[in-house]
Amino acid sequence: MVEEVIKAEGLTKIFNKSLVAVDHVDFSVKHGEIFGFLGPNGAGKTTTINMLITVLKPTEGTASVLGYDIVKQANDVRKVIGVVPQEYTADEDLTGYENIILCADLYGIPRKVSKKRALELLDLVELTPFKDKRVETYSGGMRRRLELASGLINRPKVFFLDEPTLGLDVQTRAATWDYIRRLKKEYGMTLFMTTHYLEEADALCDRIAIIDHGKIVVTGTPSELKDSLGGDIITISIKEDVDVGDLIRDVENVKEVKKEDGAYRVKAEYGEVTAPFIIEALRKKGYTVTKLSMSEPTLNDVYLEYTGRAMRDTEESRESLITRRITLRRARRR
Amino acid sequence: MSEANEYHPSLLRGLWALTNRELKKWLKDPVMLVMFVLQPLIWMSLLGKSMNISAMFSANNINMPATMPVPSNIVISPSGVNVVLNGTALSQMFADMGAQIMQNTFGVADYFSYMAVGMVSMIVMTTTMFSGMSIVWDRRLGFLDKVLSTPVPRGAIIFAKVLNATLRAMFQATIILALAYLLGLQVSSTFTPLNLLGVYAAIFLLSVGLSSVFLAFSLRSTRMERPMQFVSLITMPLMFASNTFFPVSSMPDWMQAIAKVNPLTYMTDAVRQLTILPLDVSALMIDFAYLSIFAAALATIGIVLSWKYLTK
Repeated sequence: MVEEVIKAEGLTKIFNKSLVAVDHVDFSVKHGEIFGFLGPNGAGKTTTINMLITVLKPTEGTASVLGYDIVKQANDVRKVIGVVPQEYTADEDLTGYENIILCADLYGIPRKVSKKRALELLDLVELTPFKDKRVETYSGGMRRRLELASGLINRPKVFFLDEPTLGLDVQTRAATWDYIRRLKKEYGMTLFMTTHYLEEADALCDRIAIIDHGKIVVTGTPSELKDSLGGDIITISIKEDVDVGDLIRDVENVKEVKKEDGAYRVKAEYGEVTAPFIIEALRKKGYTVTKLSMSEPTLNDVYLEYTGRAMRDTEESRESLITRRITLRRARRR
Repeated sequence: MSEANEYHPSLLRGLWALTNRELKKWLKDPVMLVMFVLQPLIWMSLLGKSMNISAMFSANNINMPATMPVPSNIVISPSGVNVVLNGTALSQMFADMGAQIMQNTFGVADYFSYMAVGMVSMIVMTTTMFSGMSIVWDRRLGFLDKVLSTPVPRGAIIFAKVLNATLRAMFQATIILALAYLLGLQVSSTFTPLNLLGVYAAIFLLSVGLSSVFLAFSLRSTRMERPMQFVSLITMPLMFASNTFFPVSSMPDWMQAIAKVNPLTYMTDAVRQLTILPLDVSALMIDFAYLSIFAAALATIGIVLSWKYLTK
């Protein structure tokens, strides 16, 4: 068993000799984990995945999947991976079942095996009642599940998911996460996924790499990344109208104090231990604490810290992209 | 655990699977089929029937008076004799000449048969162009990337498109020929049902060549508009600069030069030889030789280019 299922070294893709989509990224994915690429639109996530699934050739650098080189042994890579692309790629005019069988044929799986397996997979993603309906009648969530099922027809050892819940509503998204967890457990695969949803990366991934402008800015488990920010955020308000910033700053474990809207935003390690000390210090000087709240850092804070932008800022363009895709699909009825 | 590796994706299996997908899509959308057939059908029934050239030369149309005095200023020797011509006989004479002109120009007695066969080239061209372009959709919708991530041989992806375009063209050409026959297409005395095999062979060769070109051309575009414009730009000139509507021999020299390299000319001639004309084996041989070279050369170019674009 290869411990490092995916290994990328200096992986680079330059389009049209000038647009650097992926810029010398290095990472490795361990056996059995869910590894996530988190980043905004245009960060190079899909380009990276397309290189790993052998659809794009890297301009520089190399990567291997289960020890197979993605360029020199592309065909060996293709046999052991499963892919769920960002778009709904299932053929609208065919039924769900026909779509899975088509995939199986492309892998050269004998019909005897593939028929049985297709039914099993459809059952697993709870599409059995709809298997003979045309895909154009499916909802977004059903299409996603069909993509998951057809990506698994060759029993892949490494499963690639590109934005698996793009464009789905919150409930369907959570349900899709459940399917992904279940499939991973059932087939014991290693998963590589990309996402621009912070909640998704937090909920699903064992390890995350934050990618921005084609470069990996930081890698770690979600909790490691949050811890790397240096602790919790404590927000304190006092009754008196005086600046107590320096006073708070002197308390042990406090790393940073900012005054925002009349409240002090304190970044501190071990927030739950430090907070009583801050109250104590303020009280000794005769100030009255009126409000105190504490929060652990979220991935959004992590993202902000490493890229200098809030993740939310980038989302608007993405949503309009989805709308365009849907329009395109409608227009396709020909 | 390792069972996934034991399968061997073969070219034929993949080719069949992908072609089957396209054919299924096609069968589920009969409206498109009707639309494709409609265009040549309209041309055939309107232009083909209204351009009734043979009727222009018929005795009824010429219709001279029964007796015609020869005008006195015409010098006839010996002079002074009063000559009267038989108008009915003259009309017949001119009609016979007209029929001869028809025969020499078009090779057949009626224009409808001539141009109805020409419509086969129209349907082959539009069908192959549009099916070649379907790869733009496959790319835009991500289907192409999905297929590229499977171990299916790359050749199967390209051949499936060519094969699908060719099968469609052959099927739709059959409909056009059947409709033409119902509308009054006259087959020649040398026609046998076996000739239809030759007709299909000619359509097959032209379709393979044309669809390869359009496949390679549209593979690079991520938008549908450009190839669409290209198709509408090229269709009419290609047809008029061929023997689809009128024989090459009556064209000006510069147009003849185009028509003589235009593959539509050779396919149309081959189909005419096999159906409405008295079969000229040597002409048919030339047609097939040209079509084979055309198909082989363009399929090679198309496939090499597609291959290059598929593995970017």
